[in-house]
Amino acid sequence: MTDTIFPAAARTELVPGRGGGGPASTRTVVAYGFWIFLLSDIIMFSGLFAAYAVLSGNTADGPTGRELFNLRSAFIETAFLLVSSYTCGLGALSAEQQRRDRFYLFAALTFILGAAFLFIELTEFAGMVHEGAGPSRSAFLSSFFTLVGMHGAHVTSGLLWLVYMVAQVAVKGLRPHVLRRLLCFSLFWHALDIVWVGVFTMVYLMGIR
Amino acid sequence: MRVRPSPTSGATGCLRANRRVGCRRAGLRWCLVACAALVLASCRKTGILDPQGPVASAELLLMINTTEIMLVVVVPVILATLGFTWWYRESNTRANHSPEWAYQGGIEFVVWSIPALIVILVGGVAWIGSHQLDPKEPLVSNTKPIRVDVVSLDWKWLFIYPDQRIAAVNQLVVPAGTPVSFRLTSATVMNSFFVPQLGSQIYTMAGMATNLNLQADKPGTFPGLSAQFSGDGFADMRFTVTAVPAGDFDGWVAKVRGTGSALDDPVYAELTKPSRAVTPTTYRSVDPELFGRIVDQTALNPEKARAGRAWCPPIRQAGG
Amino acid sequence: MLGRLTWDAIPFNEPIAMAAGGGAGLAVLIVLAIITKNGWWPYLWKEWLTSVDHKRIGIMYTLLALIMLLRGFTDAIMMRSQQAIAIGGAEGYLPPDHYNQIFSAHGAIMIFFVAMPFVVGLMNFVVPLQLGVRDVAFPVLNSVSFWLTASGSLLINLSLVIGNFARTGWLVYPPLSELAYSPDVGVDYYLWSLQISGVGTLLAGINMVSTILKLRAPGMIYFRMPVFCWTALASNMLIIAAFPILTATLAMLLFDRYLGMHFFTNDAGGSAMMYVNLIWAWGHPEVYILVLPVFGVFSEVIATFSGKALFGYRSMVLATLAICVLSFMVWLHHFFTMGASADVNAFFGIMSMVIAVPTGVKVFNWLFTLFHGRVRFKPPLLWSIGFMVTFVIGGMTGVLLAVPPVDFVLHNSVFLVAHFHNVIIGGVVFGLMAGYNYWFPKAFGFTLHEGWGKASFWCWFIGFYLAFMPLYALGLMGMTRRLQHISDPDWRPLLLVAELGAIVIFCGILCQIVQLYVSIRTREHRRDLTGDPWNGRTLEWATSSPPPSYNFAVMPQVDEIDAFWEMKRKGAVAARSGYETPGYETFEMPRNSPIGFITAFFAVMIGFAGIWHIWWMAILGFLAAVVSAAVFGWSEHREFEISAAEIERMEQARLAGGGAA
Repeated sequence: MTDTIFPAAARTELVPGRGGGGPASTRTVVAYGFWIFLLSDIIMFSGLFAAYAVLSGNTADGPTGRELFNLRSAFIETAFLLVSSYTCGLGALSAEQQRRDRFYLFAALTFILGAAFLFIELTEFAGMVHEGAGPSRSAFLSSFFTLVGMHGAHVTSGLLWLVYMVAQVAVKGLRPHVLRRLLCFSLFWHALDIVWVGVFTMVYLMGIR
Repeated sequence: MRVRPSPTSGATGCLRANRRVGCRRAGLRWCLVACAALVLASCRKTGILDPQGPVASAELLLMINTTEIMLVVVVPVILATLGFTWWYRESNTRANHSPEWAYQGGIEFVVWSIPALIVILVGGVAWIGSHQLDPKEPLVSNTKPIRVDVVSLDWKWLFIYPDQRIAAVNQLVVPAGTPVSFRLTSATVMNSFFVPQLGSQIYTMAGMATNLNLQADKPGTFPGLSAQFSGDGFADMRFTVTAVPAGDFDGWVAKVRGTGSALDDPVYAELTKPSRAVTPTTYRSVDPELFGRIVDQTALNPEKARAGRAWCPPIRQAGG
Repeated sequence: MLGRLTWDAIPFNEPIAMAAGGGAGLAVLIVLAIITKNGWWPYLWKEWLTSVDHKRIGIMYTLLALIMLLRGFTDAIMMRSQQAIAIGGAEGYLPPDHYNQIFSAHGAIMIFFVAMPFVVGLMNFVVPLQLGVRDVAFPVLNSVSFWLTASGSLLINLSLVIGNFARTGWLVYPPLSELAYSPDVGVDYYLWSLQISGVGTLLAGINMVSTILKLRAPGMIYFRMPVFCWTALASNMLIIAAFPILTATLAMLLFDRYLGMHFFTNDAGGSAMMYVNLIWAWGHPEVYILVLPVFGVFSEVIATFSGKALFGYRSMVLATLAICVLSFMVWLHHFFTMGASADVNAFFGIMSMVIAVPTGVKVFNWLFTLFHGRVRFKPPLLWSIGFMVTFVIGGMTGVLLAVPPVDFVLHNSVFLVAHFHNVIIGGVVFGLMAGYNYWFPKAFGFTLHEGWGKASFWCWFIGFYLAFMPLYALGLMGMTRRLQHISDPDWRPLLLVAELGAIVIFCGILCQIVQLYVSIRTREHRRDLTGDPWNGRTLEWATSSPPPSYNFAVMPQVDEIDAFWEMKRKGAVAARSGYETPGYETFEMPRNSPIGFITAFFAVMIGFAGIWHIWWMAILGFLAAVVSAAVFGWSEHREFEISAAEIERMEQARLAGGGAA
């Protein structure tokens, strides 16, 4: 009866997964669900960003961002991460085109760049702890280490996942379900890039002012 | 298509469907009336219902007005719910039945409008009330306010009179008819300073100061408490507020200056140790800067006070 | 070797804890013994513990919730009894450190392990059926979600016998919950338990949103979805948006306690105020996560038992989405007294009132659904009418509390306690009971005994008013919450009435236990042979009771709202079969998987080890979980095919056998 007062669409949508088209394909559902997971992860990061924003001035008479942050290494690690996103994209394209050799190449490049990012970050952390500017020194440092460290933990998980995916491709080949998982990995890796842009801006660029 | 209804239990002892529901409705009404009567009968005029100051009076008035506005909608809705359910029961052949009727624009308009209008009205009341009764705002009065600094400890209340340089634990004496301007902090965990008959409460938090302004209109004794759970001794964090005639206040201050010990740093350090149900005491003298030092967290920490900006908090060992 | 776990952790010197823990442990052992003696383990493992069927997972969620209700309610009646006895100098039977654990556990259990699993369980069971599909988007993830919730529940129950629970209230505000003031394992139990189950809930939210948005029967455009699915969508979107905040906040408190950080400590720049903001930024959407699906239940129940379509469907959808969005803009009303400016307080107060507008719209629309209907007084409808009367009172006191200056004198009093129990019991619990009675026949093939159902409703209804109306009065008289003993003897009569109310509610719970027992014993008299015991309107009633594992042999084509009602009207429904069936086709169903149970096992290991600082066990558990995930991720053949011929055979057998699977 509602339909007579508010007429439904002129013709029922026949695209699966949209409107009245029936259930979507597995690839669509998997990608969609993973997107939503990434959105939830970004919300988790936003909680950490909020904490950082509130606490960034609470240095408890200890070291401040301006004293601690090395913008040069921050730029370098940012470059590494952004380029790794590019190589990840190339790897995804290669996989879709069923070009295994090129996929391996770009996966390796992505891994190396991601690992380099992590190396620079861990070096920075170790240096700060050595100087007595560890996470338990002040609220500012707690929120710094947690925000940046949580991103680094995601990068680490991503690298492990990448190794696992390369193994799956090697053994199972570029079959549909493997491709779906590669799609999820790519989404994850790009999302980490987006989060890093936020971290870089809010923590490093704004922290040295 | 339908499953045969099973015999119901003799919950009310009534037999026919109509009467069963009728008994239920009557029973329900009786219960609600009894509850309301019981509640109203036991409701003594204490606490918020017995305001003793301008803040508490304004807040009670606000509460009553807001409730009355909302009852205008709530009572008819409850009556309509019970009425419709009763009248349109299946066994009532006299009731109209419109199985296809699921929308009517006019009704929808009214249905959205009524709550919206109520909310606009109550919202306006809330906006004005929030500004008039802002705890930070000094009270409008011809009398000069007195200042009291409040510190919540485990599990008692410390009141410092910075201008009179005296202090008290678990008792607060103020001149009647005089605004009291409070600054509040906590030496431990969060608490909430609350004297129901005088009005608004406010949280006390370590490392910062909150502000509150209250007044007792007439002499009397009013209970005070903490309204934010703070640990094992929480239920004993009670204190008494005594409003004395304005002329008698200075006499009380002089009396306090003549008895008891001084609240110096060692005495304060003792006070910060956990204790419950502390007997009200007074202190003949106190450093007027004590409150500021408690907020800065240097009151117990002379190294921190000396080190100033160079002070480094000790690394706390995790693991309890 | 075992961290800080020693024999002292077992509360040998606390008789109440030992009795409670011992009793619960004994009950568990008896159940396990019965299962073992009857040789039911293979069946349970294959059909339930490893099930990825949304219906079975929904039933397990509900069972978990009902069991935890017993513990949460025991806490409640202990609190009421203590407050009825410990007046005017009497100490009662619960010393402060025990009482403080009980009220903290009561809140945490009721919200996280009763209300949430019950709501998620109902949504799990009903939504795919109402959408006309065969399962949720990610069935294995669904199993993992359930088992993570069960893990959290196990941890919180372990705190009863090994160690102690938090003594901070159900939201563990710092600085009280920091190491300096809560050095023992209590807060750690809370944090690990909730962090683990929070992940489970978040994954369930992702699953359900993907299902509702991407998996619906052909022809089911958004505005032909049942209202319960709309409310489930809104609730799960809130889960996705809110639970990550909880994860981040609890993680920060964990870092404070384990790594010496200073997010919320009193020193080194920590901000306890920030915790309060973050936790309520999660906490307020949380209560709407609970109440929105329950509103959906009432929409379904009231429409069905009025024999009329829900009035104002589009308004209801709009109101649901409005509540969903607005629920993120009100969180500060939980701490008006923390000292924000008048502008900020007033803004949040007004927003809190604005959210009452769509809620009021819903109440009116339910009223007009009853209007000109033919109302049948089955238990689900009684619960609904009880809700409508009770919830508007709770909503009224909510709007009252939303006026900041009024909140200044009512915050943290038992008036507040009465308000939120008013809306949670009157809203969420009544709705869950309505849904439980309504969908029970669909899940198990027979209806619940009506008489005991009505008795349980009346006990809950009367008990609620007896228990909480006195608290409104006491709050006005100046009584604050969480008091282990009461100083004012004048409050005794009202506290005794409240105690009586708790006892009456207990009778209601007993009635429900009896109802279940009697219903099972006499189920042959109440078999649902048609799949449609209530003359329902939505697609779940088009299946048999219980439905086959694949729900629909052929996915229905949906042309109208209230799809099943339209099918019946057009005569497309044969007397016993459910609906006309065009040609069968082969389809795939997911295989059961042990990964959910395995995940739970390692989650409990990690949580327990984390609490007791048994680092080797935590690392081992973490590595084992990762390896299990990797092994599962490597597996193939996660689905099995059901051929068209096989479906036809099963359907004929089902229809010939009278509808029971």
